[in-house]
Amino acid sequence: MTPRPGDGAEFTGDYTGPAVELAYWNGFTGGDGPFMQELVEQFMAEHENITVVPNTIQWADFYQRVPAAVNAGEGPDVGVMHLDQLATNAARNVIVPVDSIAEGLGLSADDFSEEVWEAGVYEDQRYGIPLDVHSLAMYYNTEHFEEAGITEVPTDEESFMAALDALQEAGYENPFWMPNQWPGHLMYLSLAWQNGAEVYAEDGSAADFASPEALEGAEWQRSIIEEGYSPSDVAIDSQYAAFKNGENSITWDGIWQINDLEESGVPYEIAPVPTIFDEDAIWANSHNFFITKQATEDENKYQAAQVFIGWMSEQSAEWAGSGMIPARQSVRDSGVLDDAPQGVIAEQIETMRFLPPVPGLGGVQAEALEPALSEAILGRSEPATALERASEQATELMEQNLESFGG
Amino acid sequence: MAASATPTGEEVQTPAAYEGTTSRRPTTHGRLTPWLFLAPYLTLFTVFVIAPIVYGAWISLHRYDYTLPGKPFVGLDNYLTLLRPGSITFDIFWDSMQATVIFTVTSVPLLLVIPLLVALVMNRSFPGRNVFRAVFFAPYVLGVAVVAVLWRYLLDRNIGLVNYYLDAIGLPGDIAWTTSVPAAWVALVGVTVWWTLGFNAVIYLAGLQDIPRELYESARVDGANGWQQFRHVTLPGLRPVLSFVTMVTIIASVNMFGQSYLMTEGGPGRATRTAIYQIAETGLRNYQMGSASAMSYVLTVFLMLLSLGVFWLFRERKG
Repeated sequence: MTPRPGDGAEFTGDYTGPAVELAYWNGFTGGDGPFMQELVEQFMAEHENITVVPNTIQWADFYQRVPAAVNAGEGPDVGVMHLDQLATNAARNVIVPVDSIAEGLGLSADDFSEEVWEAGVYEDQRYGIPLDVHSLAMYYNTEHFEEAGITEVPTDEESFMAALDALQEAGYENPFWMPNQWPGHLMYLSLAWQNGAEVYAEDGSAADFASPEALEGAEWQRSIIEEGYSPSDVAIDSQYAAFKNGENSITWDGIWQINDLEESGVPYEIAPVPTIFDEDAIWANSHNFFITKQATEDENKYQAAQVFIGWMSEQSAEWAGSGMIPARQSVRDSGVLDDAPQGVIAEQIETMRFLPPVPGLGGVQAEALEPALSEAILGRSEPATALERASEQATELMEQNLESFGG
Repeated sequence: MAASATPTGEEVQTPAAYEGTTSRRPTTHGRLTPWLFLAPYLTLFTVFVIAPIVYGAWISLHRYDYTLPGKPFVGLDNYLTLLRPGSITFDIFWDSMQATVIFTVTSVPLLLVIPLLVALVMNRSFPGRNVFRAVFFAPYVLGVAVVAVLWRYLLDRNIGLVNYYLDAIGLPGDIAWTTSVPAAWVALVGVTVWWTLGFNAVIYLAGLQDIPRELYESARVDGANGWQQFRHVTLPGLRPVLSFVTMVTIIASVNMFGQSYLMTEGGPGRATRTAIYQIAETGLRNYQMGSASAMSYVLTVFLMLLSLGVFWLFRERKG
């Protein structure tokens, strides 16, 4: 079927028009990069009239560059971004709805966990097609565990603290390093959710980092240091470097570290993050395909972009090799995770929590939550003082965002 | 010259004709010529300096997000927020200005004095001089990302080599170089001095080599000792260079961003977030470009006042 102008809304799953080039941007700079490259090459082999030109940019820069580049017409036609950035970019008119692709592919909430599926919707329209989900996980050094005589992987506060004590007795003085920056705030969000806190209002109008439930989480993080399980002043990345060196016995980090840890040779095992409070809940995010408004300016590109995303979404089994968890239930059930390290985490998919689709939330976290939490964990100020102030600041920013995006 | 250039080939021109050409010259070429010479630079200056300054001022009067269609005019609101004590923006901005002041006040004197000492030594002749010159200049060719990431690991509180060796020689080996103040400032200033002293030293060295040797000779004949030679020959001889180095160093220090962005991520908390850091966060991460522009203008005003001070300090004194 030859695409005609105005056809854009229809998704046929096939592209037969003239040869087009698609600019495809993503941030897969780590162990996940080669897997994505392979998928792209496979796609091009199967679609002779579509050339995909990939561009890989660190995630930190990605979200600043994409809006500017798309506005200038020099950006990607398609790309992958995190779930919690979709609303921001939708509100900024950088990306366009992809409801038609979801319909054309027959994708529906049934095949995804509800949280992931719902979080891709902003103002009643879908902006992302989920590729994977990735959450925090607990990595532990199997040799340390053996020496400390820990046979059962800790799953709640009691068993977790018992494990830390056992590790200390076995001579591992600081078994659980508590980072003051990344991923400290992801741990905080997980703990707050486990304790039943609502950190952000659903409508994006306010933040409450200092509710009693959320505060308990931050105080627990601080107590890990005060009780000597963690050294003080754990700087950026050093809890992870220490884990790879065998100095740190347990670390909570993203499942995207799996390939890196495999290569490092450290004897490790992966398990779900223990439930320190009452509810099973863990911070998670998801990689989503998007189409930019730039692609819609050329009917052929727009068609090809939809074909690309549709195809990619169906190949997400191969993506499991990158350490991520395929977003689709059908793919997860196909057995791809049977021998994969992240399989144990995938079983927890129903407990994964995602940030609400509120535009500008990424900036709010970086500007308000992260510095305040850093102060609290370092012991520079009381968690309550730091987080109350941060809540005020975040709420102010969120109100401004609502006003900007509403008008 | 004038004669040989005439197309008629006349060998000698009358004095009257000669005078005529000189007196006509300003009227025929005068107006346009300097502008033509300036044009290439002026174009670049207008497009990349003047226009952004004007555009930035205009942005600072709006609630400006380039991705959104609506960019409402808010008058001086962005500035008033920065000047209204008690507001969160006020606290954050002035804390970052304070961080900038701390960094500038501590790094500039070191970056003026240490490179001068290095240059004085490098100006003497001794075996291996060129190697030493290269060694001192080498860090400067590294990018800020390389320098910062390198030192971030070396200075790590728990797994860094610096603390390890401090401990090994019996000094306190548990200093939180990147996660506590004032240690973080010591680290940032120290790294910056290590990184950039080579640049200032090279400028000083060029200045030192421009001072005529005869001045030192005559000073020695007059009985001046080493310090007196330095005080009365070297320093006055370096004055133009000194004012340039001071200026450039102050501007570079006030604009410090990369080191704290990469080494401390502004931490602990936001203690080492400099003004430029905060402007980048506000404008580029949170897309509040109006507010960020207003911050830049406040910073610019301070920088201009500081520059005037430096000019005044290094002015030519009569007598």
